Amino acid sequence: MTNENLIQYIYGIADNSLILGQRISELCGHGPTLETDIAMTNMALDLLGQTRSYYQYVAELSPKAITEDDVAFLRTEREYKNVLLVEQPNTDFAYIIVRQYFFDVFHFMFLKALENSKNVNFQAIAKKSLKEVSYHKRFSGDWLKRLGDGTEESKQKAQQAVNDLWVYTDEMFHMTENDKVVAKAGYGVDTTSFKDEYYAVITALLQESTLDIPETKYFQKGGKHGIHTEHMGFILSDMQYMQRTYPDMKW
Amino acid sequence: MEDNQTDKKNKSTISAERKNKKSWPLWEVFVRSKNGLEHRHFGSLHAPDADMALKNARDVYTRRSEGVSIWVVESKNIKASNPDDNGEMFEPAADKAYRHPTFYELPDDIEHM
Repeated sequence: MTNENLIQYIYGIADNSLILGQRISELCGHGPTLETDIAMTNMALDLLGQTRSYYQYVAELSPKAITEDDVAFLRTEREYKNVLLVEQPNTDFAYIIVRQYFFDVFHFMFLKALENSKNVNFQAIAKKSLKEVSYHKRFSGDWLKRLGDGTEESKQKAQQAVNDLWVYTDEMFHMTENDKVVAKAGYGVDTTSFKDEYYAVITALLQESTLDIPETKYFQKGGKHGIHTEHMGFILSDMQYMQRTYPDMKW
Repeated sequence: MEDNQTDKKNKSTISAERKNKKSWPLWEVFVRSKNGLEHRHFGSLHAPDADMALKNARDVYTRRSEGVSIWVVESKNIKASNPDDNGEMFEPAADKAYRHPTFYELPDDIEHM
């Protein structure tokens, strides 16, 4: 396993947090209520904070003289390895919550496994992030229950979001060749090992929310290989605007 | 006169109910900033139910490490004194200086008083 293997592996983890963090931060000042606005913005900051630890580590591993900012803001679309789920738009609050819950449950299980990595950096990041992600999972899960088992309108919107986003869940468990190399070395995580548990958990919560489980067997994938949906370019142009317009700018 | 008052009351109950349908109920938030101290009133917020009120309180009032424990109570459950009654409620206490423990001579050796 080379440093490049490790760097690519980190992109596969950290880009999820970066892009989802960016997506939720779009809600800053636009949340449905003041309280949910602050809650979502807190989560965006948690996710962004996690990416800093990962990208600082990438900068350390890289043979080039780069910083965490270069890694976060100056890559091209194909170089981002996040799953398609996290780049999906904030269609309405139901989409936001369902996207969050589908990711949070995965994220939690992933970090639990990453805690046992042979890599001390991964162990430390996982340990710190787990407390934040446990809260995210509880927040999004509790909301999903209230939307699903709420009014007729909230139920209909939640069901629509579940149906539309379900096709992006399978990709999270897809192991790329690089993932396999890093997992085999004891640094990475075999995501297939908790796939059944994942579907059992979200199925139980959807049932509790009185929502139907989609029956589709067709799933979207591509993000882990850098092939993104049409939304990704817009996210990046927003996110990268400052660094590209004013290169090397600092706060 | 009586009819008028009943009318007024009915109207305000109806508009309150209507309002409740559109917006979430109000909750009062109490936070204990560290162990050993009491919970203090921090402010209020809106939430659909008690569990969400607790989560909202966590996000709105403790995001800068302000607390170790939170209580929430729905504002409607608080019985408040009526400002119109302030005369009978509070003024009688104003001229009873002897209720303050200020009529004792303190020995010089006692500190922190």
